[in-house]
Amino acid sequence: MTQAEFLNIVMPFKDKVFRLAKRLLVSTEEAEDATQEVLLKLWNNKKKIQEYKNVEAFSMTMTKNFCFDKLKSKQAQNLKIVHSNYEDNNTSLQKQIEISDSVSWVAKIIEDLPEQQKLIIQLRDIEEYDLDEIAKMLDMNNTAVRVNLSRARKTIREKLTNTHSYGIK
Amino acid sequence: MVLNSIEKLLEKYENGETSLKEEQVLKNYFSSDTVAPHLEMYKPMFDYFLVSQQEQFTKDVPLKTKTIFNYKWISVAAVAVLMLGFYFSNSFGNELGTYDDPELAFNEFSKSMEMISQSFNKGASTVGYLDEVNKGTSTLGYLNEIENSTSIIFKK
Repeated sequence: MTQAEFLNIVMPFKDKVFRLAKRLLVSTEEAEDATQEVLLKLWNNKKKIQEYKNVEAFSMTMTKNFCFDKLKSKQAQNLKIVHSNYEDNNTSLQKQIEISDSVSWVAKIIEDLPEQQKLIIQLRDIEEYDLDEIAKMLDMNNTAVRVNLSRARKTIREKLTNTHSYGIK
Repeated sequence: MVLNSIEKLLEKYENGETSLKEEQVLKNYFSSDTVAPHLEMYKPMFDYFLVSQQEQFTKDVPLKTKTIFNYKWISVAAVAVLMLGFYFSNSFGNELGTYDDPELAFNEFSKSMEMISQSFNKGASTVGYLDEVNKGTSTLGYLNEIENSTSIIFKK
């Protein structure tokens, strides 16, 4: 397989891989590294690519696993300590602006969701995959995906309603 | 009427039962400017989905085609090296010179041994200076006596 052929296969979904990685890893740089890693792994196994039924779904699963590994690794845990220890009691100007920007609020709400729900929201509402495809990617059954999706959507709506009516009621 | 169907769709949406097409309808509705006031809190959510769909991966991926090293060429190189080795060993081999007459050989050998012993002796004689160092250290012993006397003075 030549580089051009490979790129033709990979190009359509490389952004999706990146966005999924960013959803899980939060930082753009980390997500870029993860995407690069996933694409390189695909490239190195390019001989097997024809055997895969659905390269896109396979890559998404790969990305998910890779990101989970990253999050479990020591490096990420070090970061976690820093983040959870950090608490800002007086809201800074920066934060106030952020709060007023409700779109970034959604990002924050999704960030607080459990990982499984985060993944499903990402795959369904942003990447618009079929429920069956998502089930295959995440190795879950269809109903479990639906339940998680519904829970995630409800949580987002509830939190948004709270912030929306904050100060009014 | 439109609002009614949107509300129904939203309920289905929250139960995770909408199809992708129905979700597209919702997305279109909430991206327009005419959103009913009581549904406004949904707007940022759908806005966010649309915005994050546009994010792109811009970093380059270095795709290297691995050149597989062919080990057959190693044997060719080895043969070449061996050939060169034989060639040069044949041409230089006879130039070291050997003695055919044993007496002559013995003379030459003893001459060279003598040279070695001479230079060895030269080296050994310079080692004699080390004695002087020993002498120096023994005189240092006197310093102890000075220390004794100073300690007596300071005690009092």
